[in-house]
Amino acid sequence: MTLDFSFLSWGVVSSFVIKGLIFSVQLTLVAMIGGIVLGTALALMRLSGKRWLVAPAAFYVNTMRSIPLVMVILWFFLLIPLLLGKPLGAEVSAMVTFTLFEAAYFSEIMRAGIQSVSKGQVHAGYAVGMTYPQTMQLIVLPQAFRNMLPVLLTQTIILFQDTSLVYAIGAYDLLKGFEIAGKNFNRPVETYLVAACVYFVICFSLSMTVRQLQNKIAIIR
Amino acid sequence: MIDIKNISKWYGSFQVLTDCTTSIKKGEVVVVCGPSGSGKSTLIKTVNALEPIQKGDVTVDGISISDPKTDLPKLRARVGMVFQHFELFPHLSVTENLTLAQTKVLGRSPEEAKVRGMKMLDRVGLMVHKDKFPGQLSGGQQQRVAIARALSMDPIVMLFDEPTSALDPEMVGEVLDVMVKLAHEGMTMMVVTHEMGFAKKVSHRVIFMDAGKIVEDCNKDAFFGDPSARTPRAKDFLSKILQH
Repeated sequence: MTLDFSFLSWGVVSSFVIKGLIFSVQLTLVAMIGGIVLGTALALMRLSGKRWLVAPAAFYVNTMRSIPLVMVILWFFLLIPLLLGKPLGAEVSAMVTFTLFEAAYFSEIMRAGIQSVSKGQVHAGYAVGMTYPQTMQLIVLPQAFRNMLPVLLTQTIILFQDTSLVYAIGAYDLLKGFEIAGKNFNRPVETYLVAACVYFVICFSLSMTVRQLQNKIAIIR
Repeated sequence: MIDIKNISKWYGSFQVLTDCTTSIKKGEVVVVCGPSGSGKSTLIKTVNALEPIQKGDVTVDGISISDPKTDLPKLRARVGMVFQHFELFPHLSVTENLTLAQTKVLGRSPEEAKVRGMKMLDRVGLMVHKDKFPGQLSGGQQQRVAIARALSMDPIVMLFDEPTSALDPEMVGEVLDVMVKLAHEGMTMMVVTHEMGFAKKVSHRVIFMDAGKIVEDCNKDAFFGDPSARTPRAKDFLSKILQH
């Protein structure tokens, strides 16, 4: 068997792949921002010391982290239409699922970040008259977020790779774009190879950026 | 100004404070000393309720810290505190450190807060560093900014929790100078410190603590002047700390 990439013109890429790439990036950004916001809320619940907040947050995080993502994607896609009475669409369904799922992972990162800020800082916030929410918002969370930035970005890179799992519900993402192109030209091996290269280039360059950022933060500290 | 009445505190089954009672009048400078682990830092942190107590009560300007109706953040805003490890906000510039609580807690306008903050920064002699971040300053400078941060809130009393213990020796003086000036201006101060020179120079009263109890609470001149009247524990402590 010989590999033949000649069919892969810009026209093919722009008509099949770009649409998928845009969705993959969109899905990553939505799940990252939504996941960090929701995850931070979960982390604050778990650190609140109040049982009625700790227990549900812990249950949520532990459950999400114990189920394979592809199952969450599938179940959400199948169950929500039953509850709502109408289909949500693969793309919207994927965005909601990823946000809910990633929140569990981001919450663990933010929890470590919040705990990395010393108790003295919390006391300093209180001592100048700040309330608990003010101390969290103005003193602890900005530092927690800064301390955890490299880890949050690394998790986002994993998230970007995981977006390819939306194939399970037929959403049109980067991988799907290559797959359809491959089917049209009957060149599946070539298109999957190129797809792998594209994922590699994106993720590897992001990893390099994170590493540089890490060094920069190390200097600031 | 501050009334500490029969307070006790436990960490689990370990008692860190036992029936401590003292008071600090307006304009008074009181130094709290004693060996490490004697509970002096814990005592000073009960005054603004950073450390909860299980027994007794503290009132600041007549307001009880253990009354559930007390608005603790509001009370703390009136009590300045300086920490051993400075605890400046590292993600904010010096100026922002000075203005944040003024705007968010006292509701001052940004301009008003800045004027007040800069005045205090000038008072501790660090105007040139207003745009720097805490990490770019020396320990002594950070502590002076921390004092300016507390003063920007116009506190009725200042609490110092071992303000020079984390400093290199050559930086102790610059921080003490600021504190001496403050004391001479009539600020009410409660100071946990081992700096007996400071105690001798500006304090009115000295409290000596050991094993969670207030062992001595007397006039400065009596404390330093008449060793024969001291308890054995205080005598021992003083002889160790003063011989160097």
